Amino acid sequence: MPPATTDPVTAQAPPAEVTRDVHERMVRIRLFETEAGRLMEAGRLPGFLHLYVGQEAVAAGVMSALADTDQITSTHRGHGHAIAKGARFREMYAELFGKATGYCHGHGGSMHINDLSIGMLGANGIVGAGLPIAVGAAFASVYRDDGGVAAAFFGDGASNIGAFHEAVNMAAVLRLPVIFVCENNGYAEFTAQADHMLLPDVADRADAYGIAKEIVDGMDAVAVHLAARRAVDRARSGGGPTLLEAKTYRYYDHQGVKGLRIPYRTQEEIDAWKARDAIDAMESWLVEHGHATREDIDAVWDRTRREIAEAIEYAERSPDPDPDTDLLRDVYTTGNANTTGDAS
Amino acid sequence: MTTLSAGSAAPAAAPVVTRRLTYVKAFNEGLAQVMREDADVFVAGEDVAGYGGVFHMFDGLLGEFGPRRVVDTPIAEMALVGLGVGAAARGLRPVVDLMFMDFLGVCLDQVVNQAAKMKYMYGGAVSVPLTITTASGAGLGAAAQHSQSLEMWLAHIPGLKVCMPATPHDAKGLIVAAVRDGDPVVVMLNKVLLGAKGEVPEEIYEVPLGKADVVRGGDDVTIVTVGRMRDEAVRAAEELARTGVQAEVIDLRTVQPLDIGTVLESVRRTNRVLVAHEAVTFGGIGAEIAAQIQDQVFDHLDAPVLRLGAPFAPVPFAPVLEKAYVPDAERIAAGCRRLLERK
Repeated sequence: MPPATTDPVTAQAPPAEVTRDVHERMVRIRLFETEAGRLMEAGRLPGFLHLYVGQEAVAAGVMSALADTDQITSTHRGHGHAIAKGARFREMYAELFGKATGYCHGHGGSMHINDLSIGMLGANGIVGAGLPIAVGAAFASVYRDDGGVAAAFFGDGASNIGAFHEAVNMAAVLRLPVIFVCENNGYAEFTAQADHMLLPDVADRADAYGIAKEIVDGMDAVAVHLAARRAVDRARSGGGPTLLEAKTYRYYDHQGVKGLRIPYRTQEEIDAWKARDAIDAMESWLVEHGHATREDIDAVWDRTRREIAEAIEYAERSPDPDPDTDLLRDVYTTGNANTTGDAS
Repeated sequence: MTTLSAGSAAPAAAPVVTRRLTYVKAFNEGLAQVMREDADVFVAGEDVAGYGGVFHMFDGLLGEFGPRRVVDTPIAEMALVGLGVGAAARGLRPVVDLMFMDFLGVCLDQVVNQAAKMKYMYGGAVSVPLTITTASGAGLGAAAQHSQSLEMWLAHIPGLKVCMPATPHDAKGLIVAAVRDGDPVVVMLNKVLLGAKGEVPEEIYEVPLGKADVVRGGDDVTIVTVGRMRDEAVRAAEELARTGVQAEVIDLRTVQPLDIGTVLESVRRTNRVLVAHEAVTFGGIGAEIAAQIQDQVFDHLDAPVLRLGAPFAPVPFAPVLEKAYVPDAERIAAGCRRLLERK
């Protein structure tokens, strides 16, 4: 069941330009994912689709606390992170369609969207694999003394894999500026948290490595933003890594929209979380605190819808990759050469 | 100290000054030189800094380059390689040390699913100029978990490059080439060769990746080798020469990229070929070379391609078993004789 609603202390609330920005990032994720789900259901997208709907407050709250030059690593459920970091809809949809104009030119698909120009080091199909890479990205910032930090997103399920433990300990002993963001949506694929770990809070795993921890309501974008800011400030000022756990929920199934229809969650549970929808809550908060009007909010939805419709049209119109020229492209930086032994 | 002519084509060039160095010292010198030329190169791994690496591969680097560029890490190979991947994706040139190649098993995801694939699956946007150094091979009585030659685990993965230096000269030239390369490269140092001595130029130089070394010319039979099979093959060739057989010895130096062209050119002349490696014969580089030979120069063959690798068992401990496990000069020579018996 969701945690009780927390009301962020208004005194420490960020200014309206930040809260409105957080809200817009959430809307962008929600609409992108909803439309992607529709395309999937209509059989128009190849491959797998792990939708981020429900968890928007985490990506938007954390990303709004990062500088554009900070780095993130993401997961198989990575669209939300990419969008919140500033990735473009056109190239994202084009990649979902497997088009030449996509972020990966059709080499990657949903699970490999990346945009180095905005510090998005990539979604990742391997659970937990992004954590060590974020440690390396943070190492590079320290090495270059550029003041950057890195955030690694992962789920409750990933906190059981060795890469999590190695990466957290490595960042701890090297005192690297990493924010380990656990999006605890309660399930490792179809396995409930209580069945995959004994601790109720992933954040407590920080104690084993001597680093800071914080638990935040992942349906409260303002609270996430504030917690992320504390972690980012700690990292940037040399205070080392933080394990930030956001309690959240995914509305769709592990994969796809309706998934495998395995009855691993009750409708009652799903409804209870949806009743605390992060975007609804954020919009009420914006209006209550005078940061935005209902008209402002509607305008965000409207312009995002238009942008998405245009991006999907662009993606569908885009050319497919060319097997003759694109199949062997980008395997190596130098020399793919005559090493394959293919008889062709 | 030896002074070699730089070649008649460039009479004005300074002579190449060489000295006899051990394999590990040559590696160490190449790494230090490439670190001097590029401030983005750093070394990380277990005991690489204070201790200098368990095989002294990194001796003196901490003193010269300091703890920022020579970094001791926990025993956590997954995080270590991942640190290298993340830093490389951001433009640094990490050298991460896996100590023993057998430890690949605990970090294979970062090597195979991350470092190797990132460039391709991210649409060319990311390069991973990562070097992984590691010690491989049997012969030290280190048994099944510290003696393997796992080059084909890696050579099978598009995106990776795999070097197997067999001489001090190549240990230096290949580490320089690996660090300067834009892709992930695994450099397998052979443990038995660490103390072997050879002529090594003082200056920094590269041994290009994907260019085999024709160690010894011959027209009767071709012996293709990787790693320390080079020395065994040379000894076999010397023995064969005493009976009038001229064997050509080709050290591949890298198995990915694979310089199949040099092998094919040789086989067209000799019509007989043996491939020797330390890894098990099944699925070894010999199998790949045999396949490519039959595919491309089948009509030139006077005998089937002979593969000489380890039997299909883990590396044993007892000296007598270990000696029987790894191919040697005697078995290479005997194999060549069998090939020559076919008319």
